[in-house]
Amino acid sequence: MDIKKTPKKLNVKEKYRLMTRDLAWEPSYRDEKEIYPYVDYEGIKVHDWSKWEDPFRLTMDAYWKYQAEKERKYYAIIDAHAQNNGHLNVTDARYLTAIKLFLQGISPAEYASHRGFARVGREFAGVGPQVACQMQSIDEIRHAQTQVHAMSNYNKFYNGFKDFASQRDRIWYNSVPRSFFDDAMSAGPFEFLIAIGFSFEYVLTNLLFVPFMSGAAYNGDMATCTFGFSAQSDEARHMTLGLECIKFMLEQDPDNIPIVQKWIDKWFWRGCRLLTLVAAMMDYMLPKRVMSWREAWNIYGVENGNALFRDLARYGIKPPMHWDDVEKSIDHTSHQIMLGLYQWKFGTAFHSWTPTASDIEWLKEKYPTTFEKYYLPRWEYAIAQKEAGGEYNNFGLPKLCQVCQLPTLFTEPDDPTQLCHRETDYEGEKYHFCSDGCQHVFEQEPEKYVQAWLPMPALMQEPLKGDLAAWMEWVSLEPTAAGEYASSEDKANFEKWRKQVSTD
Amino acid sequence: MQIDVQTVNIEQKNQTFTHLKKRFGDKKIPSRYQEASYDLQAVENLHYRPTWAPEQELYDPNLSKIRMNDWYDLKDPRQFYYSTYTLNRAKQQETMESNFKTVESLNLIEGMPDPVLAIAQNLLIPLRHASYAANINNTLVCGYGYGTVFTQPCVYHAMDNLGIAQYLSRLGLMIGDVEALEAAKQDWMDSDAWQPLRRSLEDLMCVRDPVEVFIKQNFVLDGLLYPLVYQRIVDQNLVEQGGSGISILTQFMTNWYLESKRWVDSVLKTMAAESAENKVVLEEWVDTAANHFTSVLLPVAGLAVEGNQADELVSEAHDELLQRAKKAGLFK
Repeated sequence: MDIKKTPKKLNVKEKYRLMTRDLAWEPSYRDEKEIYPYVDYEGIKVHDWSKWEDPFRLTMDAYWKYQAEKERKYYAIIDAHAQNNGHLNVTDARYLTAIKLFLQGISPAEYASHRGFARVGREFAGVGPQVACQMQSIDEIRHAQTQVHAMSNYNKFYNGFKDFASQRDRIWYNSVPRSFFDDAMSAGPFEFLIAIGFSFEYVLTNLLFVPFMSGAAYNGDMATCTFGFSAQSDEARHMTLGLECIKFMLEQDPDNIPIVQKWIDKWFWRGCRLLTLVAAMMDYMLPKRVMSWREAWNIYGVENGNALFRDLARYGIKPPMHWDDVEKSIDHTSHQIMLGLYQWKFGTAFHSWTPTASDIEWLKEKYPTTFEKYYLPRWEYAIAQKEAGGEYNNFGLPKLCQVCQLPTLFTEPDDPTQLCHRETDYEGEKYHFCSDGCQHVFEQEPEKYVQAWLPMPALMQEPLKGDLAAWMEWVSLEPTAAGEYASSEDKANFEKWRKQVSTD
Repeated sequence: MQIDVQTVNIEQKNQTFTHLKKRFGDKKIPSRYQEASYDLQAVENLHYRPTWAPEQELYDPNLSKIRMNDWYDLKDPRQFYYSTYTLNRAKQQETMESNFKTVESLNLIEGMPDPVLAIAQNLLIPLRHASYAANINNTLVCGYGYGTVFTQPCVYHAMDNLGIAQYLSRLGLMIGDVEALEAAKQDWMDSDAWQPLRRSLEDLMCVRDPVEVFIKQNFVLDGLLYPLVYQRIVDQNLVEQGGSGISILTQFMTNWYLESKRWVDSVLKTMAAESAENKVVLEEWVDTAANHFTSVLLPVAGLAVEGNQADELVSEAHDELLQRAKKAGLFK
């Protein structure tokens, strides 16, 4: 071989192929099945891993360079934010409830996603998807860490942030996102990609990530919205990966289509149930609102979703099974969830409140067919109780759905006056669900969902045996972090400090 | 002289998060490394068992023979979290970029003696496949290891190995275009010198104990390979023969090895100090893997130096590795 040669100019695709694809080899001393033991059991057939299209052709040197640039800017801004008491620039302290929920529920999910992508980045038998998933894995730990760093400054001044690590594992409402990500991680590598890469990142990111980050921007939260801007290009890459992976599965073998369809049905429903918390955030927790949940759904759910499923129709993929039920729920869920959170506010590590007169006007305008008719009377009842010196609490424990883990507080899709409740008997036990969607998910895989850790029964069992004070200690919930916003330390401090920085 | 800009001072409620206060007290503000690393992984009330291995927990410390009372003892002395990691690597890639430019603009490859180029071709370029295996192995440790301070550096290490494989690919393209990569892959697949290493890596890719993979890949194999190939053969032999250009293009690997072995050694040391049982397991892994990989690397060294010298270089690397193991508390 003549070693000295003038290198040809390679195009980006070819260069990337040499830099990644070409690194792997076909094992000959060991069977592929020994190296990649988990690629078969879900039934997905892959005939040619090399057909995987790399969604972004980033080599490591370019990755380090771009990401470092973003990191530098990000930390410069959150340092300045901390130094200048940036927390006092948020619209008012009600906003903090949104980011407390984010730190307790979403940041741990980013971390889980990091670990999950590392696993699938190891288990796929093709170097293309391996590297793409590894890059998402390292991005996701970035997101978890930058979020913790952004919230760290809020934690110095307000309640409800400091115990996020133990509350992630113990407090009841966090088992909603926890069970979602545990469900995805305990599934096989292909289902994980449909769950997180496709349903969560591609279909639902605009309904989760964007509302939180826009909410931060609208409400003067420089730290969180800077995180949002900084993560934007990562998210765009992740969405591309999600779409690529579904197309890859569908194109590899027609037998994959029904399996993928089943996962889309499941994870779309699981995702929409998780998003009800975001719905409450958008409609109730932002002092300055970005848009209503209904408006967000119309744009990001209906318009984008329709376009996507039109595109996937050519593979024989149908829109998700419970799409119509989701559509019917959109004008209801945020009110139902917020009323729920409000009546169980003694057990949440964030504050809630009754809507103000101007909130009520806004909600009437945005939900003309539902708010005034079904939900305003309940809020008025709560407000009247408060004005009479009482408190609107429900010390009865909510019955949780075995699948989504939300309280069974939703109504029948076609009758908003009837609570929806479903039951399935399995191996001599009765299991409860909030909806047809969750019951369906359970019945596909009962042996999995019977394992779910339900936080409410845990309160009634040893060693807590229903002792609320002991429970609060066990979940690290200090009374100052819970309850009504109006009488909270957060509100009082925020107002005092704001006065301190704005007057002599 | 000192100047002080005044800011409005507001008394803080909490110095730190509760989980960090429990670990480190609250006298000192925790570092960003601590905030970014400790207790991030879910520990209790895991909802479902993995469908891919129902006998395991979703995060399962028992996947390894190594036992730790607290896996968060395995901290990274470099204190790498995403930001510090990326900033460090970005700086190094800038240097590498200018190194590639220098080598190109000075025509250093053109002017290199043929035997040097042949060694680069035969010894270095096939190693891109070995680095890919190291990428896969570290990804496994990150995915299935226990506790964020142990697992997070492994995703960085995995990406570093991918970066190294890519630097080697660029080196290959520079010295011999696409054909250089093709020839190297052929060697990796077929030539006698590479088969023991390829076989050993395929074997290692079948191991599912995350700590065993960590020790055999990062401590033993890399601990032999990097001193042998980059410190001795490239930075000494090739430089003496007029191959400084090659050494400039592998600068990342040399520095990376020196940096990352501090972390690897510290993990090994902490695990060994934890219990006599751990020490026995670690000694067994290190001892067998060190002997095995030493013999595997002998024909690889033979691609660059004569037989006697190959023996010498490989056994030097072996001794050096055992010194490191002793410093980490093993074999005494």
